[in-house]
Amino acid sequence: MNLIKNVTAKEGYNKALGSISAILIGLVVGFLVLLLANPANAFDGFITIIAGGFTGGGRGVGQVLYFATPLILTGLSVGVAFKTGMFNIGASGQFVMGAVAAVVVGVHVTLPAPIHWIVALLAAAIVGGIWGFIPGMLKAFFNVHEVIATIMMNYIGMYLCNFIVKETVYNSLKNISLDVQSSAVLPKAGLDKIFVTMHGTYADTSTLNSGILIAIGTAVLIYFIMEKTTLGYELKAVGFNKNASKYAGMNEKRNIILSMTIAGALAGLGGGLTFLSGHSGRHLQVVDVLAGEGFNGISVALLGLSNPIGIIFSAIFISYLTQGGTYLQTFNYMPEVIDIIIAVIIYFSAFALVLRQILPKLKKKLQERKAERVAASEIKESNGGEK
Amino acid sequence: MAVFYLIIQQTMFFTIPLLVVALGGMFTERGGVTNIALDGTMIMGAFAGIFFISQTQDSMSGTTQLLLAIALAILTGIVFSLFLAFSAINMKADQIIGGTALNLFAPAFAIFAARTFQVNGVQQIEFNNTFRISKVPVLGDIPILGDMFFKSCYITTYLGILILIVATFVLYRTKFGLRLRSCGEHPQAADSVGINVYKMRYSGVMISGALGGLGGLIFVIPTSTNFNADVAGYGFLALAVMICGQWKPVRIFIVSIFFGSMKALAAAYSAVPFLANAPITSDFYKMVPFIATLIIMAFSSKNSRAPKAIAQPYDKGSR
Repeated sequence: MNLIKNVTAKEGYNKALGSISAILIGLVVGFLVLLLANPANAFDGFITIIAGGFTGGGRGVGQVLYFATPLILTGLSVGVAFKTGMFNIGASGQFVMGAVAAVVVGVHVTLPAPIHWIVALLAAAIVGGIWGFIPGMLKAFFNVHEVIATIMMNYIGMYLCNFIVKETVYNSLKNISLDVQSSAVLPKAGLDKIFVTMHGTYADTSTLNSGILIAIGTAVLIYFIMEKTTLGYELKAVGFNKNASKYAGMNEKRNIILSMTIAGALAGLGGGLTFLSGHSGRHLQVVDVLAGEGFNGISVALLGLSNPIGIIFSAIFISYLTQGGTYLQTFNYMPEVIDIIIAVIIYFSAFALVLRQILPKLKKKLQERKAERVAASEIKESNGGEK
Repeated sequence: MAVFYLIIQQTMFFTIPLLVVALGGMFTERGGVTNIALDGTMIMGAFAGIFFISQTQDSMSGTTQLLLAIALAILTGIVFSLFLAFSAINMKADQIIGGTALNLFAPAFAIFAARTFQVNGVQQIEFNNTFRISKVPVLGDIPILGDMFFKSCYITTYLGILILIVATFVLYRTKFGLRLRSCGEHPQAADSVGINVYKMRYSGVMISGALGGLGGLIFVIPTSTNFNADVAGYGFLALAVMICGQWKPVRIFIVSIFFGSMKALAAAYSAVPFLANAPITSDFYKMVPFIATLIIMAFSSKNSRAPKAIAQPYDKGSR
């Protein structure tokens, strides 16, 4: 009993409870949507969503991790900016700019194996960083709201990316980017041997590569920077109270720019990790559509409470749901139902942030009332005894 | 001259929805609630209106159908905005997060619904555009002006101008406008003189929902022949227009004309001989409105006159 009390009294528990209740509400809404669209298959469809990535066996789990890789990075990107009190909706643009930088280096530069993909990833992080630096500058020196600035940067990035792909690395037959050189492809690190589904003797391997390891490593690094270094402390201080941190001698403008640049670099790195994956992996498409990874990064950061370690898990969770969505089509449902579920989860997790502050107070009030009642009944009893 | 008229006509197609949506944003922000979900609201409104048009086009056409579609888009926008109002006003949740959730929801819903309810199962909704007015009687005969504003136009253009006039009047010349503005500047003071802050803020958000939904529909109709769960970031551009216009109706109108002409240039540059021959790709023209926004924002945000209580939940107990 005491153990349970200890756990439930912790702040982290309250926080997690908020996220979990939001997830449950999201799933219920998803089920209702399935019921409305086609009642006959709703139950099977819902089971598919719950089973998520497991539906595809070992390969399916690998795919969950493969698609979680960019989400971890865009989630970190949004999360770091959040901690500095800024809302980075621009992860989408930073992501594609990083991606296109990595692909251009991967196709056109010739270097030996490990150096090539490392250089490509660095290019991705730098270009993504520039895409975060610009709105950071605009915010710090011109007071431009970062939400508007990053959204504009998303569209500029999308069109610029299309332009660069068409000019430099274009596979015009498929309207996508060219394959990067084999030396620029991220090593598999044996992960394809683990996450595999056997169809008889045919091994159906997943496209997972060491990108996931780099992503998790980056999350741990960001955790270390935010929690254990002066830089992280300053970034968070600016997020808590801009004026107080200025008064304490911190350069608030510098921190805003730094935070946005780091955020951009993280999202850009995510772009690099996603598109350096060989012939069977993903390629940049020339379409006028914003990259969904950036927006899912917002969901990931909110669900993971902007905590780098939490973000690893929430990214895997979102990817798990999305993979479940791809199997939904066997029941004639559109995979967009997953996006609806995610939107509902975010909507309710915004409440959860508030509920989290109210719940402990409510609990305290209830306890006080209980104590009052006990006291009152004791008085009554003692009065009764006298009579 | 024909090219000039084409550019003017195109400019109106892009200006009017921007104007309408930015005015919607102005009402909600003047009441103290940020509605970043305007983009999603536009998508929902456009979806409802276009879906209605495509389903009824065998039995209906012309202005009657358009007006019904407009009514439906407005209604959808209002209902959609209630979700933001509930989260921002009643639950006191972060308005940007709530709005982002709605922005994620709208395209997902529009694609899901289109693919589920259309017989052919695709996400694009095709529609017959029977709403173009080739020439307005009498006014269309005026030289030059008639060619610019009263030929191959849509009734929505005049509706947009009407909304501008009404919005200006309501905001500055009515009790409601004064009360709404007071809730955005100093809700505690407004409350102390007996104004129901929650009610006023709800009204502001619902007006933005109505105008957002309408704006979505009137953006899609003149500029496209199908609806693909997307309004090309117009809701966000409208927010930028609102900020550049300093939350004032007439300034918003001027700024939206500027952005409208930028957009028109991106859409119609191939019809302009010297632009079509210039060695610049279409991608660059598409970027121009967004780059221009950033530059103008950089110059106009320094002395921002945003409502003071913007994006702060109102709590009766706090001081």
